[in-house]
Amino acid sequence: MKSRKLSIPYIVWMLVFTMIPLVMIGITAFTDKSGGFSLEPFQKAFTYTNVFLKSLWIAFLSTLISLILAYPLAYMLARMKKSSQNTFVMLLMIPMWMNFLLRIYAWIILLQKNGPLDLALSILGIHGSYIGNTAAVVVGMVYEYLPFMVLPIYTVMCKIDPSLIEAAQDLGSNGFDVFRKVIFPLSVPGIISGITMVFVPSASTFLVSQYLGGTDDIMIGDVIDKIFWTDQNTGSAISLILMIFIFAFLVLMNLFGDEEAIA
Amino acid sequence: MKKIISILLSAILACSAAAALSGCGSASTEDKGEVNIFNWGDYVANGEDGLLDVVEEFEKETGIKVNYTTYDTNEEMYNMLKNSNVSYDVICPSDYMITKLIKENMLLELNFDNIPNYKNLNDRFKKLSCDPEGKYSVCCNWGVTGLVYDKTKVSEKPVSWASLWDEQYKGEILMFNNSRDAMAIAMQMCGIDPSKCTKADIDKATEKLREQKPLVKKYVMDQVFTEMEGGQATIAPYYAGDIEVMMEENEDLDYALPEEGSNLFYDALCIPSCSKNKENAEAFINFMHKPEIAAENCKYLRYGTPNDAAAELLDEDIRNNELTFPSDDYLKKCYVLSDVDDEVYAYMQEQFVNIQAE
Repeated sequence: MKSRKLSIPYIVWMLVFTMIPLVMIGITAFTDKSGGFSLEPFQKAFTYTNVFLKSLWIAFLSTLISLILAYPLAYMLARMKKSSQNTFVMLLMIPMWMNFLLRIYAWIILLQKNGPLDLALSILGIHGSYIGNTAAVVVGMVYEYLPFMVLPIYTVMCKIDPSLIEAAQDLGSNGFDVFRKVIFPLSVPGIISGITMVFVPSASTFLVSQYLGGTDDIMIGDVIDKIFWTDQNTGSAISLILMIFIFAFLVLMNLFGDEEAIA
Repeated sequence: MKKIISILLSAILACSAAAALSGCGSASTEDKGEVNIFNWGDYVANGEDGLLDVVEEFEKETGIKVNYTTYDTNEEMYNMLKNSNVSYDVICPSDYMITKLIKENMLLELNFDNIPNYKNLNDRFKKLSCDPEGKYSVCCNWGVTGLVYDKTKVSEKPVSWASLWDEQYKGEILMFNNSRDAMAIAMQMCGIDPSKCTKADIDKATEKLREQKPLVKKYVMDQVFTEMEGGQATIAPYYAGDIEVMMEENEDLDYALPEEGSNLFYDALCIPSCSKNKENAEAFINFMHKPEIAAENCKYLRYGTPNDAAAELLDEDIRNNELTFPSDDYLKKCYVLSDVDDEVYAYMQEQFVNIQAE
C-alpha cells in the first residue's frame, strides 16, 4: 500500500504528460479541420510511406552497426579489471556530457568540404564530399546512440555469474562454446534493451538527418514537424502510425526476450 | 480492460479539470511591473559586439520586468496565440501575419499617446498595406530577400533568381527551407505575382521547385550562415540584412539583388488581444523606437529601420548599404506577401513537404 502511495507523483506525471497528449493525438488523427470524424488524415499520411520506410531503414542500419560495434566492446569491458572498467565506462560517457547538437556540429566540421577527412584523403588523391548523404546520417546516429547500446549489454554481462563460465569450462567447453552456450544466451536481454534504446529514438529523430543528410535524407520526424504547422490532423495521424510501428517493434522484441529488459 | 477504462476516464477527468483551471490561471502571477515579450529569436541587440543589451536597458530605465520568449516562424507564433492559453504583451509579426491577426480580431488598438516616439517613423511605414489605418502596429524592421554567393566559385555575377536553377552550380545551391519564401521565388521564376497566389499558382511553383531539387545541396534556414561563411556552398537566397552579416564573416561572399525584384517584408510590433499589461507593452514599443535603441538594433540586425531619427545615427557605410536600405527604385520592383486563406497556405505547406519527401 505504501509503495503505491509513493508512485502517485509519477502516475500524475504520466497522466498529464503522457496519457492526455496521447488521447489528444488519437482524437486529432481521426478528425478533419472542422472537427468531424474523418479518415482523410490517414489517407494523407500514407503518401509519406517512402519517408517512413527510409526512416526505418536508417534506424535499422544504425542499430545494426551500433550492435556490431558495441557487443565486442561490452564483452571486453565486462572482463576487465574493475578499476579499468570504470575508466572505460567513463570514457564512453564523456561525449554525452556535451550537448547533442554540438556533437552533430563537430561531425559537420569533420565531414565537410576541406574538413579533416577531406584533407586527409586528398593526400591520397581522393576528393569528395562526405556530408549530405545517408551514410553521413547513419554515422551520426551511430555516434549519437552507441553508448545506449554498450551500457545495457555491459550491465547484463557483468551480472553473469563467473561460476557458470567455470562450470562450462569444467565440463569441457572450449572458449567459443562457452561464449555460444553461456555468455551469449545470458546477454540477450541486454542486446534487446540496447536495440530498443537505439532503434526507437533513431527512427523518430530528425536533427541528425537535417544537419548531416542531403535533400533526399528527410526523415519522418521532419515531415511531422513541417506538416504540424498547418495541418495538425495529418501530423497526428503520422505520429500515431509511427507510434504503432514502434509499439509493434517493442512487442516483437518482447517475444525474443524477457519482459523486464524492455524499458 | 477495466483498468484501461478507468485510466481513460481519469485522463478525461484530469483533462477537463486542467481546462477549468487554466481558464482562470496566471492571474495570480501577474504583477504590475511586467511585460511579456514574444519576439523573433535573435532579434534585438543583446550586448554582444560592443552593442547595448536592449532588454536590460529597458528594465533599467523603466523598472518593468521583461519576460522574453522567442519564436522562429510567424506560424509558430500564431499557433501559440491561437491554441494555447498564454498571455503575451508584445509580438512582432510580419506583414501578412498582421493582416491575418487583424482579420481575426487578435490585436488590440494601440494608444499612440503612450508611444510618442512614433513620430520618428518615416511616413512610408506608418500606414502599411497590412494595417491600412495604422491602428494596430508599429513597424520596427523591414528588408528584402536577396542572393548571396561565393565570388570565387561563380563564373559570372548572378543577377537573377534563375541562378538558383543553374545546372553549373549543381549540388552547390542552398534553398529556403520555408514554404512561403521558397514558393515566392519559384512563382517569380514562373512569372506569377507571389503577393496573391492561388492553388493553381502553387502547383506551378511546386513543379518549378521539383525541377530544382536535384540541383539543391540542402534546404536551410539558419544553417545558411555556417554553410556560406564556411565556403561549403556557392549560392543561396536569404534575407538581405543577414547577407550583410555573412559577408562580414567571409570576404569571398558577395550579394545580388535579383533584377526581377524580390520580397519586401515588414515586421511590426503589435499588442495581441491576450495582453494583460497593455501600458507596459506600449512603453516597450516606445522604447524600441528611441533613436539610440533603434539604431543599436539596426547595427546588430542589419535590417532596415523605419525610424528616421535612428537612421541618422548610423555610420555612413550602414546607411548607404543597399542590403540594409535598398533604393526606392529597387523597392518599386518588390512585392509584399499578403495573407492567403488558411486552406491555400495549408496546401502550399503540404506541397512543399511533398517536394522534400519525394
